[in-house]
Order: sequence, then C-alpha cells, then structure tokens
Amino acid sequence: MILKDLRSALRSNIREYGMYIALVVIMGIFTIATQGIFISSRNIANLLNQTGYIAILAIGITLVIVIRHIDLSIGFLSGFLGAVAAIAMTAWGVSTWIAILIVLVLGTLAGLLTGYLVAGVGIPAFVASLAGWLIYRGALLTVTLKTGTIIIPNEDFNAIGNGYIPDILPADTAFLPELHKLTLLLGILAIVWLNVRAFQERASRQKYGLEVLPGDMFALKQLFLSVVLSLITWVVAGYNGMSWTLAIVIVVALIYNFVTTRTVLGRHIYAVGGNPEAAELSGVSVKKITLTVFGSMGMLCGLSGVLFASRLQSATTTAGTLFELDAIAAAYIGGVSAAGGVGKVTGSIVGAIVYMSLTSGMNLLGTDISLQYIIRGAVLVAAVIFDVQTRKAKS
Amino acid sequence: MSEPILEMRNITKTFPGVRALSDVSFRVARGEIHCLVGENGAGKSTLMKVLSGVYPHGSYEGEILLSGSPQRFRGIADSERAGIGIIYQELALVPDMTVYDNILLGHELRSGVTVDLNGTIKKATEMLAKVRLQLDPSTKVRDLGVGKQQLVEIAKALSRDVKLLILDEPTAALNEDDCDNLLDILRGLRRDGVTCIMISHKLKEVIRIADTVTVLRDGRTVRTLDAGKGEVSEGILIQHMVGREIDDVYPKRTSKKFGDVVLEARNWTVYSHGLGRTVLKDVNFTVRRGEIVGFAGLMGSGRTELARSVFGNPDGYRVEGELLVEGRPVRFGDPRAAIDAGVAYASEDRKRNGLILIQDVKQNITLANLRALAARGVVDGNAETKVAEDYRSALSIKTPSIDQKVLNLSGGNQQKVSVAKWLFVRPKVLILDEPTRGIDVGAKYEIYTLMNKLVAEGMSIVMISSELPEVLGMSDRVYIVSTGRITGELPVEEADQEKIMRLATS
Ligand SMILES: Nc1ncnc2c1ncn2[C@@H]1O[C@H](COP(=O)(O)OP(=O)(O)OP(=O)(O)O)[C@@H](O)[C@H]1O
Ligand SMILES: [Mg+2]
Repeated sequence: MILKDLRSALRSNIREYGMYIALVVIMGIFTIATQGIFISSRNIANLLNQTGYIAILAIGITLVIVIRHIDLSIGFLSGFLGAVAAIAMTAWGVSTWIAILIVLVLGTLAGLLTGYLVAGVGIPAFVASLAGWLIYRGALLTVTLKTGTIIIPNEDFNAIGNGYIPDILPADTAFLPELHKLTLLLGILAIVWLNVRAFQERASRQKYGLEVLPGDMFALKQLFLSVVLSLITWVVAGYNGMSWTLAIVIVVALIYNFVTTRTVLGRHIYAVGGNPEAAELSGVSVKKITLTVFGSMGMLCGLSGVLFASRLQSATTTAGTLFELDAIAAAYIGGVSAAGGVGKVTGSIVGAIVYMSLTSGMNLLGTDISLQYIIRGAVLVAAVIFDVQTRKAKS
Repeated sequence: MSEPILEMRNITKTFPGVRALSDVSFRVARGEIHCLVGENGAGKSTLMKVLSGVYPHGSYEGEILLSGSPQRFRGIADSERAGIGIIYQELALVPDMTVYDNILLGHELRSGVTVDLNGTIKKATEMLAKVRLQLDPSTKVRDLGVGKQQLVEIAKALSRDVKLLILDEPTAALNEDDCDNLLDILRGLRRDGVTCIMISHKLKEVIRIADTVTVLRDGRTVRTLDAGKGEVSEGILIQHMVGREIDDVYPKRTSKKFGDVVLEARNWTVYSHGLGRTVLKDVNFTVRRGEIVGFAGLMGSGRTELARSVFGNPDGYRVEGELLVEGRPVRFGDPRAAIDAGVAYASEDRKRNGLILIQDVKQNITLANLRALAARGVVDGNAETKVAEDYRSALSIKTPSIDQKVLNLSGGNQQKVSVAKWLFVRPKVLILDEPTRGIDVGAKYEIYTLMNKLVAEGMSIVMISSELPEVLGMSDRVYIVSTGRITGELPVEEADQEKIMRLATS
C-alpha cells in the first residue's frame, strides 16, 4: 500500500524530487569515494560558502529566464561591483556598510539599464547583455589596472565571506560542547516552521476539496524533509556553525521565494513568462515586469560581488569570470525552462548546490580540471534531458 | 454496409484525474463524411488524437482497425504512413514561410541534397487546385486570411495521399462564405474517394454535409445517426448531445432598460505601422448601460483592431479621435488603464493571447484582478481559491480541479476560463471578441444567459461576432463594420441577415 502510494507520488512529482535524489546520490558517491571527507562538517561548510555567490546569481537569473530572457553580463558585473566596493573602502574611505549600499544601488541601476535596453528599446537580451559582458569586463580591468589586486583591510567586510554567526552560549559549555548552539536552535525552528506550514497548507487545500498527497505520503515526505534538514543542521553546527554567507543566502532565498510564490508581483512575473501577450492584455505591464526582474538581477550581482570579494578579502582582475555560466547552469539543473514561465527559486538554489558539490567533490578527489569541465557539462545535459523527458511524460 | 475503413473498438483513455474516453466504439464507412459532435470536453479531440497516434499505442485501451487490419501507431508518422491526415483545432502553419513550403513541410521534394524548388511549386499548385484555391503559392501564409489558411492546411494533408482526413473544428473561425466553400471542397473530396471525419459545433453545417453523425457525451458514444435515413436533425442532435432539449437557442431577456452612454468613440481613426495602412477610419459608436451592442462584419473588417485600440492599444497603433467613458474623455496608455477605467476585452484568440496555458485554471481566472485578492501585495490564497471555485461552478467549467493546467482543458472550457477572468474584473463595459467560438450549444446557452444576467445588472456588453444568427439573437443594436468603416447601425428589430451582409460587403 505505502509502496504503491510512494511510487505514484514519486512519479507525479518526479521532477521536483528528482533533483533532491540526484543531490543525495552525488553526495553519497563523493562521500564514499573520499572516505567520508566530503560529508565532514568542515568540507560542507566550505562547500556552502563557495556556493553562496553562485546561488545568489542563480536566484536572479532564474527570474530572468522565467520571463524568457537571459543575462550574460552578470559575471563581470558582479566582479566589477566587488572591485567598486573594494575601492570605495580603500580609496574613498567609506565604511563597509556604505560601500555595500553603493554597490547594491549601482548594481540595480546597471540591471535597470539592461532591462531598459531589452524592454524599452527592444534589443534581444542576449545581445544587450553580451554588450554588458564586454563593458563590465573592460570596466573591471580599468579600475584594477593601476593597483592590480586590491587588498581589502576591513575586517567586518571580510567576515561576510569568512565569518560565522555568534553563538548564544559560550563554546565551552558542557551542553553539546562540539556544536554551535544558535545554529542548532535555528535549524530546529526552521524544521518546526516548515512542518507547521506544510500542515496548514494541506488543511486549507483539503477544505477546498483540492488534491493533496495521501496522508501516509504526506507524513513520509515531511519526515524525509525533516531528517534531511536535521542532518544538514547537525553537520553545519559541527564546524563553527552557520556562516554569514549561508545566512545571507537563506534570507535572500526566503525573500525571493516569498515574493515569487505569494505576491502579486511574483504571479505577474510568471504570467509574463507563460504568455507575455495574454499577460499584457490582462493588464500586466510586461515592460515594468521586465525592468523589475533585470533590476533585481543587477542588485543581486552587487550582493554576489560583495560575497566573492569578501571571501577572497580582495578584488582581483579576474573576479566574476564564468560566474554567469555557473549560475545559468545551476538554474537549468534546478528545473527552469527556457520556454518561459516555469522554474522555482528554490530549485535553482538546490541546482547551485548540486553543481558546486560536483566541483568540490572532484577537487577533493584531485580530478584533473579538464575532466571536471567535461563531467560538469555532462551533468548539465543529463539534468536538462531528465527535465524535458519528465515534462513530456506529464502532458 | 461494406467493410468500414475505420473501426475503433472499446477505446478508453484516462488522464490523471479525468477519464476522457470510456469504452468508445466508432465506425466510419469508406467514402463517407462522418461528423463527430458533442459538448465541450466530451472527448472528440481526444478520440481523434488516439486515432492519429498523438497518444501512442499503449497509452490507451482498445483497438484500432483500418480496413480491417489492427494498427498500433507509435506516433503521428505511423498514422500518416497509414493514410491518415489530421488537421488540428488550432492551425499548424508556419506564418513566415511561403504557401508551397508549408504544403510540403516535412515531406520536402529533393533533387540531390537541395530542395527541388520547381517540383515543390508544381506539386503545391496541384494541391491548391484540389482545394480550389487560386493564389500565388509563393505568398507568405501570414498574409492569408484564416479561411485560406484553413484550405492550405487541407492542401498540405492532401499532398500526403490521405485516405482518411480528420478535421477538428475546421469552420470554427470561418465566416459563412468560407464555410460554404470548405463544405464544397469536402464534397469534392468525397467524390474522389477520400473519407472525412469532421468535428464541429455548428450543427447546421453538420446537417448539411454529414452522411453519418456520431454523438459523444461524457466520453461515451451516445448514438450513431444515419443522415440517409433522415435520422439527423438539429433537435435530435442537441437532445443527444446535452441529454435534454433546448427549445430556444437564445434565451429571452426579461427586461430591457438602457441607461446613459457608458462608452463612446468619436472619429476613431487607427493607423497600423505594421500593416502600413489605416485600419479604421472615422468610426463613431456608443454603448449604453445595460445594452448588448453587436459588431458584425467579415473577417478582417477591423473589428478586432477597433476593440484592441480602444482597450489600451497594446499593439501600438497610431490612434486619433476621442474616447469617452461615462461622458469623460479618456486616453488609455495600456490595457491596465482601460481595465481600471472599467473596460475589459476578452480576446478572440484564447490560446495566443487570452490564456496562459501552462498555468492552472485558478491562476488564469484571477490574473487580471489579483490586486482585489491581495493585501499589501500578498495574494490571499484562500480567497483566490474561493473565487476560482465560484466561477468554475457559475460557468460549469469542466475540469477535475481548479489546479488543472488550462492546457489540459478542452477548447470550449478554455473559452469559459477566459470569460471568467473578465467577469472577475467586474467591468462596466465588457468587450467579447467571438465569445462562443468553438463552444457547444449547451455552453453557448449558458454564456448567453450569463450575458443577459450581466446586462440586467447594469453591465454593458460589446459583442464582436462573425456568426450572424448570434448577432441577431443577442444584440440590442448592431453596428456593421466593413473595411475599417462603420457602414451601418441598425436596431436589432430592423436587422436581418440579408441587410447585414449587404452592409458588410459594401
Ligand atoms: N492532456 C490532458 N490532460 C488532462 N486532461 C485532458 C487532456 N486532454 C484532454 N483532457 C480532458 O479530457 C476531456 C476531453 O477533452 P477533449 O479535448 O477531447 O474534448 P472535446 O470534445 O474536443 O471538446 P471541445 O469541443 O471543447 O474541443 C476534457 O475533460 C479534458 O479536460
Ligand atoms: Mg476539441
């Protein structure tokens, strides 16, 4: 009985679960191959910190792809904005927070400019953002020309990419000595919250007679989710606790997930992606939505630039190289569709983790870099094939 | 009866949550024109998709026999090879390619590695002659009217030596002349020995052309009727389709009370940059509160352009003239402004620009008025569900749930969703562009009843329709549009088909 339910639930949600299964499989393989090093708290913490700046870009590019456009300029824009932050702090002497603010505002403006070229002037996004790619690359080289790498001395800035959230109890307390207590607490709260939400959601759908997972399947799914989250919490808490990067990614993800799933703006974005003409005739301004989405992309470039610069504690001449492709790959692994209107922010974050797990695992194994590229390419294609096939089977 | 060319036995086809066909049996005799009728969602299109291999063998239960031999199509290519040609509910031509390229698309004639251009043109010309279409085969499909495009589709099917031609609502978008022409061509094909299966909601034309009619209801075969034995009449068909009698196709209005003018256009002139010409010239019209105003005219006469230029002009035409809503001059920059001022427009082409097919019923219904369901930008999911459920039952939208993607609804039910979307906006003036295209008699009756109810409550309705009986049956006043000008205005009591046709072609 349960098995049969499980099979049918898996089959009808295969696309969504497939990615999680893939993640577990990939992590499993690397854990075995590295004799457990991969799953160690230290490595996972590192992995999540590395994923940060790509995950942020992946969130933004997901929405861009959902509305049927693309943005190639995000890598170098992020690199350039990181350099601007460094210059603001070192040469102009502004504080960390002002520097970050400047970068976010500049990023938004840059995004709006691309958006204007696309929505207002009618240039294909591919071309407009390719121009951006060239321009921001040139800009990055220009600002780092004199000095080369700019070392960032601000400690609070560098903590963003390297530091961890403080703990509520001192580390030498007898209670769970090895673990970061605040991280544990946050993890537990998250698990409780997720379960309560899922339960409420289910109850309200039932009230309206809408289709829900059968009871045992629902319980199984929540149990599985809770176990996975507990494991992640445990692992993360085992090494310094939650990093600032991870905290930022989680906050951004929560905000974007909320906006895309619950708000009018989010619904309008998916409507424009699903059928721009119908959306326009329904009173949704395609132009405004396009500007908003590109503007948000630019802002996230600023954030990602900050994360990367602070992680390296410096701005380099090559910062941002190929970030755009990593982010796009993450979004596609996460299930966004180029035909428009389909793709979740959460999917893209998991996509980013899958993608970075590959990199991290192969680095641990000492896989040759040339082979790494080939494997990453193969995984990308496999993910999209899977996506296309499951979509076909469903309709 | 001689051996049937086609026999489908005990076909059952289910989708998640829906049993589209249960145990349907269907026989078609060689050389006949066999019509398939039934309500929206009865399973007509699904049955034809099973037949043509869109749903491959194994995805349904039952048997298909062609001239007595069992078939197992794995895809359309297989059924094509077996001599089946299908023309879908929505046209499948490439607009920017020429007529001859479209006709031979997928079966290009080659000489060596290149396409044999002269051969292609020759073959295409032959096929066009078969459908009696006189035009230069190097015309782009985009530049043809819908009627001619439909004929090109048939020519395309014929170029593949079809023995069994399936047409899914071929006349839904055609005006009467084009319909007549199409029916003539089908008769010609019958003489040449081609068997035709035609799906249609236009019962009058079914009666004119069918040798045999099969009625489907709720995924089951209800009856097969033989026209030769005089078994086919409109009353009988309706009765079998909806399971009850409908005496009057157009429900009576209880009261007609018209208020002040709600919408008025003065010297409305529209120039299209895309077409490079003036599509509407000096158009004047008024719509009063509680009134149904019909706009009659031929396909391409400019009625849709009129509606869209009034509705916030999303096509970016150059517009001159005055527009007044409740006596106040207005100028809508985009559809949003028009909606906010109380003017709504349900477009004629629901698939292309009416609905978001990949989204569900609920999301489509609420899209144009999400703000009404939101507090500080956050959508209230429960309220939304309730609204969607209300419209689903008010319009009897046939769907397993409001979570179903609109893509999976039958054509007629999609149309209802698109009407529901605009009702939820509660506009002052609702412009309906071909509101009953592809809708069955029962559902038509429901939509007409709804229109009457809305105007009784004080809404005004502009109805653009190419079906004259509908215009005459529903409107209070009729404007006739011909090549971008209003050539007549008639109170419905003074209007008849002949007068309207004369004005529409003047
Ligand atoms: N791909 C699909 N997934 C789920 N349900 C489907 C799918 N295709 C069709 N259906 C359902 O099957 C039923 C029959 O649909 P079908 O399109 O065959 O109706 P129809 O008789 O052609 O109606 P219409 O006259 O409106 O075109 C409908 O209830 C429809 O919602
Ligand atoms: Mg149909």
